[in-house]
Amino acid sequence: MDKKHWQSFGELNNSEAFQQSAKNEFNEELPFEADDKGFMETKTPRRDFLKYLGFSTAAAAVAASCEVPVKKAIPFANRPEDIVPGVANYYATTYVQDGDAVSVVAKVRDGRPIKIEGNEASPITGGGTSARVQASVLDLYDGARLRFPTIDGKEVTLEAIDKSLAEALPSAGSVVLLTSTINSPSSLEVINQFKTKYPTLQHVTYDAVSYSGILLANEATYGKKAIPSYRFDNAKVIVSLGADFLGTWISPIEFAKQYAVGKKLSEKKLDMSKHIQFESVASLTGSNADDRYLHRPSETGAIASALLAALGGAGKDTITDKDLKAAIAKTAKELSEHKGEALVVSGSNDKHVQVIVNAINEAIGAGGKTIDWSSTNNARKGVDGDFAALVESMNAKSVGALLIVGANPAYSWFDAEKFKAGIKNVKVSVSFNSKADETTQLCKYVIPDHHYLESWGDAEPKSGHFSFLQPTINPLFKTRQWQDSLLKWSGATADYVSFLKTYWGAKVGGENGWNKVLQLGVMGGETATSKVLTDLNIVPATVALSSAAYNAGSLSAAVDATKAGQTGIELQLYQKIAIGAGQGAANPWLMEMPDPITRATWDNYLIVSPAMAKTLLGIDLDNNGQADSYEVNPPKHVVEIKANGKSIKLPALIIPGTHADTVGVAVGYGRDAKVGRATVDEHKNTVGANAFPFASLSNGTVSFNVASVTLTDTKDKYPVALTQTHNIYNTDQGNRTEVMKELTLAELKKDPTVVLDDREEEAKPFGGLANFRKDATIYGSYDKPGAKWGMSIDLNACNGCGACVVACTAENNVAVVGKPEVLRFHDMQWLRIDRYYSGDANNPKVVFQPLMCQHCDNAPCENVCPVAATNHSSEGLNQMTYNRCIGTRYCANNCPYKVRRFNWADYSGADSFPHNQDELNDTVHLMNDDLTRMVLNPDVTVRSRGVIEKCSFCVQRLQEGKLKAKKESRPLETGGEGKKWDLKVACQQSCPTEAIVFGNVNDKKSAVTAHRSDNANRLFYSLEQLHVLPNVSYLAKVRNREEEQGAEKKEHA
Amino acid sequence: MTHRRLAKTIILSTILLIGLSFISNTSLAQDGKALFNANCASCHKLDQKLTGPALMGVEDRWKGNRANLHKWIKNSSAYAKTDPYASALVKEYNGTVMNAFEGVLDDKQIDLVLDYIKNWKPTVETAGAGGAGAKAAESDNSLLFGILTLILAVVALTLLQVNSNLKKLSDDKSGIPAPEPIAFWKNKAYIAMVIVVLFVVGGYMTTKGAIGLGRNKEYQPQQPIFYSHKVHAGTNQINCLYCHGGAEQGKHANIPSVNVCMNCHKAINEYKGEKLFDAEGKEVDGTAQIKKLYEYAGFNPAKAAEWDASKARPIEWTKIHNLPDHVYFNHSQHTKAGKVQCQTCHGEITAMGEVKQFAELSMGWCVNCHRETKVQFKENGFYSIYEKFHEDIKKEMDKDEADLIEKGFKKENIKLDTAKYFNKITVEKIGGTECQKCHY
Repeated sequence: MDKKHWQSFGELNNSEAFQQSAKNEFNEELPFEADDKGFMETKTPRRDFLKYLGFSTAAAAVAASCEVPVKKAIPFANRPEDIVPGVANYYATTYVQDGDAVSVVAKVRDGRPIKIEGNEASPITGGGTSARVQASVLDLYDGARLRFPTIDGKEVTLEAIDKSLAEALPSAGSVVLLTSTINSPSSLEVINQFKTKYPTLQHVTYDAVSYSGILLANEATYGKKAIPSYRFDNAKVIVSLGADFLGTWISPIEFAKQYAVGKKLSEKKLDMSKHIQFESVASLTGSNADDRYLHRPSETGAIASALLAALGGAGKDTITDKDLKAAIAKTAKELSEHKGEALVVSGSNDKHVQVIVNAINEAIGAGGKTIDWSSTNNARKGVDGDFAALVESMNAKSVGALLIVGANPAYSWFDAEKFKAGIKNVKVSVSFNSKADETTQLCKYVIPDHHYLESWGDAEPKSGHFSFLQPTINPLFKTRQWQDSLLKWSGATADYVSFLKTYWGAKVGGENGWNKVLQLGVMGGETATSKVLTDLNIVPATVALSSAAYNAGSLSAAVDATKAGQTGIELQLYQKIAIGAGQGAANPWLMEMPDPITRATWDNYLIVSPAMAKTLLGIDLDNNGQADSYEVNPPKHVVEIKANGKSIKLPALIIPGTHADTVGVAVGYGRDAKVGRATVDEHKNTVGANAFPFASLSNGTVSFNVASVTLTDTKDKYPVALTQTHNIYNTDQGNRTEVMKELTLAELKKDPTVVLDDREEEAKPFGGLANFRKDATIYGSYDKPGAKWGMSIDLNACNGCGACVVACTAENNVAVVGKPEVLRFHDMQWLRIDRYYSGDANNPKVVFQPLMCQHCDNAPCENVCPVAATNHSSEGLNQMTYNRCIGTRYCANNCPYKVRRFNWADYSGADSFPHNQDELNDTVHLMNDDLTRMVLNPDVTVRSRGVIEKCSFCVQRLQEGKLKAKKESRPLETGGEGKKWDLKVACQQSCPTEAIVFGNVNDKKSAVTAHRSDNANRLFYSLEQLHVLPNVSYLAKVRNREEEQGAEKKEHA
Repeated sequence: MTHRRLAKTIILSTILLIGLSFISNTSLAQDGKALFNANCASCHKLDQKLTGPALMGVEDRWKGNRANLHKWIKNSSAYAKTDPYASALVKEYNGTVMNAFEGVLDDKQIDLVLDYIKNWKPTVETAGAGGAGAKAAESDNSLLFGILTLILAVVALTLLQVNSNLKKLSDDKSGIPAPEPIAFWKNKAYIAMVIVVLFVVGGYMTTKGAIGLGRNKEYQPQQPIFYSHKVHAGTNQINCLYCHGGAEQGKHANIPSVNVCMNCHKAINEYKGEKLFDAEGKEVDGTAQIKKLYEYAGFNPAKAAEWDASKARPIEWTKIHNLPDHVYFNHSQHTKAGKVQCQTCHGEITAMGEVKQFAELSMGWCVNCHRETKVQFKENGFYSIYEKFHEDIKKEMDKDEADLIEKGFKKENIKLDTAKYFNKITVEKIGGTECQKCHY
């Protein structure tokens, strides 16, 4: 097994600064002004201290004094039958953002949606979510949402705007409806009705990041302008040419779930899928790959072509790079050995590349096996060429009216200036967007749309799979669904709700059927393994996978069009998992979630490889001093990026796993301030810069690869809030890096007990594993008579996507602290996903480890607390009692996992004193207005200044689950053979791959016990040798590689 | 001390009551009473007209025809169409029909209720005034002790003074030069003594006051409507859960919404019971209070049929029981899972006019109860997961049995009282005093 894992370059080289910072476990600056004059001469000498002390005691006594405030208890005037104040209701609905549609369940407490959970009845996601789905509930309470309709920026009533448009629209000339992808069948029907009133209506679909390449290629080769269903779960070999299918590509939640099926190991059958990734800039998917090869973005077509040639197809091999050539040969060998069990996908938006990929998939027999045409994916339907044509006709003054739903080309179209010029020629411009985004600001009429949690509707994310929306809260503002507007303007008398009911009426079997599908939230779909469906006695129809007729006609042209790689520096634009094409840029939860790869928060940056760092920035990572000054100081070199006559300036981060001559920039930043306060930093500057203008149109599709890029180091510095090195701490007893165990499949096959042996070796000083627990503590061991909580995390299934991080934030009222505080190491997230590198420093292997409080049975934090504010429960919980905590931080000091968080300031407005938050940054204030605070979970205390907090294993959910069982007078059930779930913790519920299993370990049949006992050979506890007896266990990461990890290490040494 | 004693008595009597209710499971009349209280008492009294008619002698009025009565109870609106007496009854009550009990009560249960009504006899209430007298006597005692202490202190002081004067005299006599006498208020020993006493007393009072900050035992604010629990829950025996149904469902017991009040008060528009008095002893006009309710509800008794419930305004009650934000309390945990009676924490609510806070609602008070209260260990299936405790109990019982056999008892004659063993499992034993049971 490879013992050398590293989180930072300093750690890799064991540099001086790293040693220094590892010793200094609290890197936070103390909030006192210190000078060297000695205690008595400082600005706050002893007497002042006593004065303050006396004053604050007196003030506290007066503030909390004898007068008890009178509180009111106001009941309903007429209580609705199904609402009991204090009891949460759960409504099935659908998260809809542009083309993305995810079936979810909204938890509603006293009329407020406060948490989004995955809908376990969905055959597509099976209860999985993503960070953006989890964060979407915060968007509902976003203060930047438009609150009323406007004409020319002035507030008007809906009636006035209807009247004004009833006159303006018919006389405007040709009407164009510009939308982002709409996959709601009833909405498409609404558009059809609108068409009968305006027969010349043209419907253009625009996607900020489109899949035009795939759509056009499939039209050419299969005669279908659609995206098929990919079945990663049926693939033994997965080859991705730059497709980030676990993070941002088409349907990441669905793909992550399928991918995990192939990656989960069973001890009886040591067999897993092999994933080979070709990419240019380190991505989440590439980091999870078994083999990752780096190449230039311009080489994608050539690689696809060479791969086709190697498989005996009509491709041509123009690759000259020795390593790449070998990689392609090896990949071709794997693919040809697994025909019918292999899948090749490509993230390219070039039609020609996708045609070649289709040819490869035909050659390996993917159709009907790993590519299914019986159901097509409706996530993105836009074709870039259509929109480019619209921009042309707008500039030619041939568009009379433009109605915009969801689309925001003024920000995300590469030639936004041309669009902005064009819209000036449009007489009637109407925007239905819910915020004053870049495009809406240019429109005359604005009728803001509801948030999805306020809306009725339906969605068809994949053909034949339907998901339904129902409102979970009364509309907060004077907004209206765009469907209602279109219906009204087409002269219909019915509103959208009744339209929707009529539309579905017969299809779902009348009123009763409608209520049933609304309750379940989904309808249709292939065989679901979901237990919810079986519980409800619903048997989904089994649909056989099908292939499509293949036509190779366009292949030779496509192969001829592929060019050899270019020279010079290339830029690749990519999407971040949290921000997407800019949809997450105004959401504080998403902005503060560390990016899985770079671990940076709140910023956009330029990703450069270690090799380029040497030439561009003059930072040699092998040189201790240079690596340290880069890593230890938050300010990073600001680089000016020039290409296509445009230029932006961004700080540079060195990320290994990136091609030497390629740099990467994420799109989605540089948003207008009106989209939300999170888009500007504390100095009122825009966060990041918009990278969309670097894209270009070629062959009718937008290309996000940019050639001939000039980079210049501006010698300026800009601080980036990285969380990677926040929690490093070494002691004489052991190093933090030993938390990880990783091995190859070959190694595990050769010696199945290698991990167990390793643990046995570590436990030797304590009498081996068998006696490990016995003499662990001087306090004696206490019974856990009832439930004992435990968690098990499969590192093979975890891909680092971060859904759990945001779910935890939402469930537990975790404070958002803003960039200035993250820079000071004051980040508050209870759950973090650590990123570990190992192997080659230029193209390392990456492991992600979700780390939260380990709830140690022999917890080092408990016995150092002077006021017993943290102690152990009889259910194995490491309890944290905020009202007892006096903030000594001894516990955080003594925690080997560094998972305790200290409230340095009044981040959540929990303190009773006014002006306590005055010194804090805008972000904190943003999260503390009355509107945003509606998202708080009323079952979890909002922590005040000066107390420690940490993961509680979602104790509020544990208590609720136990109570449910008690009320029904039956034993608690936490999964397992034939058992239901009384409770799931927030991170577990959100996980798309079911990597996190939680439950009662005293129950010999619970899911968590089974997870541990079925995988006893891979099980380990992080830092087990410290003897703290954690209640969180991990399953070692196994990579599907032939060579042993050790052998490879020698190779690179 | 009295309160603790009182609490103990109440807890004991509650346990006794629970115990009794188990014993009496077979007793049919008790069952009829329970069914009556749970299902009928919110609208009917036996000897008095409420929302519905007084039920005493109901069978005579229905000419002893129980079959018809069954039909009426199960679905009154349907039956009223077939029977002239029933339809007249509906008319008499402004067209308000009785709830349908189809599927709620079966034939046997209806018979039990009817039997109970048949055998019921009005009782003469006896007032127990012992409690209050005992309390007064106790406070007299403490006053007595106080006065005695004061007198003794004065006597001691005087004696000390006399002693020092005598000493001075004797010293003078024997010619020992004595220092000038110091007035006792200048005497350092006295001053020190007074300071110590003041410090101890002051410290005690400050600490006590600080601990008591935010605690509001006996808090009895004036409410927008003088709502008497004594009248509703006491005299009229309305089940607590009829209005506070949330107590078994979730965190909050819930204050009923206006429409719940109006379920009964659509028909009851004047108060004719015994005189009502508020906390200051002033007489309250019950009918005026009902009028206030009508104002909130937007209800005009003269035009009852035209009432639109959706126009009602909520009543802004003053909250009495306030817990700090960092405390999690769930009613259903206590009432449904723990089977704790409402009165345990809310006091004798059936005797209160306007409600006052009965318990201290301090952490010590909570924890004390958690230490003493027994868990429904045997009754509730949830506790089967406490395998260790079940094993321990079995071991203990086996041991006791073995001891008895050793003493010469025959195995088949030994019948151990299982309750004795299960009663050892208190809330504390299952972790009920741990921090994160209430603070998270």
